[in-house]
Amino acid sequence: MLSYILRRIASTLPVMAIVALFVFSLLYIAPGDPAVVIAGDQASPEDVERIRQSLGLDRPFLIQFGSWVWRILHGDLGTSIFTNLPVSTMIGQRLGPTLSLMMVTLLLTIVVAVPLGVLAAWKAGSLIDRAIMAFAVFGFSLPVFVVGYVLAYVFALELEWLPVQGYTPRAQGVWPWLQNLILPAIALGCVYIALIARITRATMLEVLQQDYIRTARAKGLGQGGILFVHALKNAAVPIVTVIGIGIALLIGGAVVTESVFAIPGLGRLTIDAILRRDYPVIQGIVLLFSFVYVLVNLMIDVIYTLVDPRIRY
Amino acid sequence: MALLEVENLQTHFRTPSGINRAVEGVSFHVNEGETLAIVGESGCGKSVTSMSLMRLIPEPPGRIAGSIRFAGKDLLQMSDREMRAIRGNDISMIFQEPMTSLNPVLTVGRQIRETLMIHQGLDKQAAEAHAIEMLILVGIPEPKRRVREYPHQLSGGMRQRVMIAIALACNPKLLIADEPTTALDVTIQAQILKLMLDLKHRVGAAIILITHDLGVVAEIAERVMVMYAGRKVEEAPVAELFRSPRHPYTQGLLGAVPRLGSSLTGTARRLAEIPGQVPDLRKPIVGCVFAGRCALATDLCRQYAPGLEEKGPRHVAACHYAAKGAVAA
Repeated sequence: MLSYILRRIASTLPVMAIVALFVFSLLYIAPGDPAVVIAGDQASPEDVERIRQSLGLDRPFLIQFGSWVWRILHGDLGTSIFTNLPVSTMIGQRLGPTLSLMMVTLLLTIVVAVPLGVLAAWKAGSLIDRAIMAFAVFGFSLPVFVVGYVLAYVFALELEWLPVQGYTPRAQGVWPWLQNLILPAIALGCVYIALIARITRATMLEVLQQDYIRTARAKGLGQGGILFVHALKNAAVPIVTVIGIGIALLIGGAVVTESVFAIPGLGRLTIDAILRRDYPVIQGIVLLFSFVYVLVNLMIDVIYTLVDPRIRY
Repeated sequence: MALLEVENLQTHFRTPSGINRAVEGVSFHVNEGETLAIVGESGCGKSVTSMSLMRLIPEPPGRIAGSIRFAGKDLLQMSDREMRAIRGNDISMIFQEPMTSLNPVLTVGRQIRETLMIHQGLDKQAAEAHAIEMLILVGIPEPKRRVREYPHQLSGGMRQRVMIAIALACNPKLLIADEPTTALDVTIQAQILKLMLDLKHRVGAAIILITHDLGVVAEIAERVMVMYAGRKVEEAPVAELFRSPRHPYTQGLLGAVPRLGSSLTGTARRLAEIPGQVPDLRKPIVGCVFAGRCALATDLCRQYAPGLEEKGPRHVAACHYAAKGAVAA
């Protein structure tokens, strides 16, 4: 098992290297010259040239890339062109809200979507099943910002149950922290819940046809034991896979959600950095997101071996 | 008193092209400790009958009517909860497909334990100990290691032994075995049959054996019920049935069994086949269900369905010409 995990980690290295190259060259190729941006409107061509040299932007591409990678491997993500703060510090300040949002959304999604999918599969063809699937189509079709604004309008402005926007750190209490995250998590989770409810239903429908489910019934098991132990554990591999893929959805959605609910997280930082052409910050964030995604997939591969004994490496 | 009394069992399925009368008015009984074989070709309703006894037919689209009295109580009148307390405890079942009938992601031990914990109220340790005993009983070597293994680590024969262990864990009064050896290699078939015979004597459970293998019937059954097109067409003690089958369909079934050594004794003949096909169960059948394939059928057969008639001691058959048929054989 340990050797499998180690091999799996080793195999992510080339992936990360390619991601790094891609991240680096994407910004290199992108139009707009950061030296011009930093120098400002009044700068002379000489000023721009001086800044370009001090940032190393005049050196050949591969050398720039090499020294960039070298610095990253030493934990140095560079310095923001705009604020002159280390990128790692800026990311560190914004990490809490985004992680909180993603964790709450992930938890909400799993707690809501999996039981809904199981219920729909159990009652396949019934009114409940159709209602759940209609909700899934609905949830899938609505963009995050639409759901977000509607939720904020109804539950924050009209009913005044929850705050409209903002973020309270976890250190100031669980409830203040959570109440700021409920609406954003629902808005962000909608698509995700719909996706996972659908895949859970489809997989469960197939599993419930299997002979071993008939055996479980013949043993006198109750409906709960059949659905959640005998069937769900067999359906777990596809569901876990989609939950993992969904993390990518969450990362993209978090950027929009944070804007809608004015959460000072990485999403906001990303948008600000892009608008300012703050290259080191953009690179740092994209790299971090890619790293998280690779890590999640690694975790999923390990979870496979826990839920299905037939999967061994 | 009979352990199980089935009266006028009807199991119908609603399909887009009409109602499929998979089982139509079947009555039989099983005494305590007795082995009844139900034989017939594929699609004759024998599996549906067994699933109906356990109420494992999904309703809808299925519908079970009639009465199934087990130890005096009608199973069809029971609530789901009462029925669950019977399944796996008083009546248990072994299925045809050992490769797919065990849950692939749960250990063998857990799958045996489960039934003990539900029905006998054993805690995990006690159930585990009992599970190991059951594995010893069904002849699985290294039971302590095997309880922790998953089904994919066992061979087909081993898995069927595990299924038997699960079925017998709670000392059921009735064991329904639905083609328990069909999916196994011939050598393994013999082992499993021998095991079932042993256990039958040791545990004393009544058995309903569903099969199309007449060799198996001859070996372990006491009485045989022959089904055709969802109906019972003949029933007799096993020796009597093999000696003098009365229904032309039963005669056909027996004629379709190859006999070992017949080429040496010069008695080898072409295996008899029964021409034609089973009638469409979605359409009403007028007259005898077997008339379309029967060499002896007359206008009487095509117009009036024969009832089950006494043809000998404890021997009934549904044929207008049963006596004549026996002579013809």
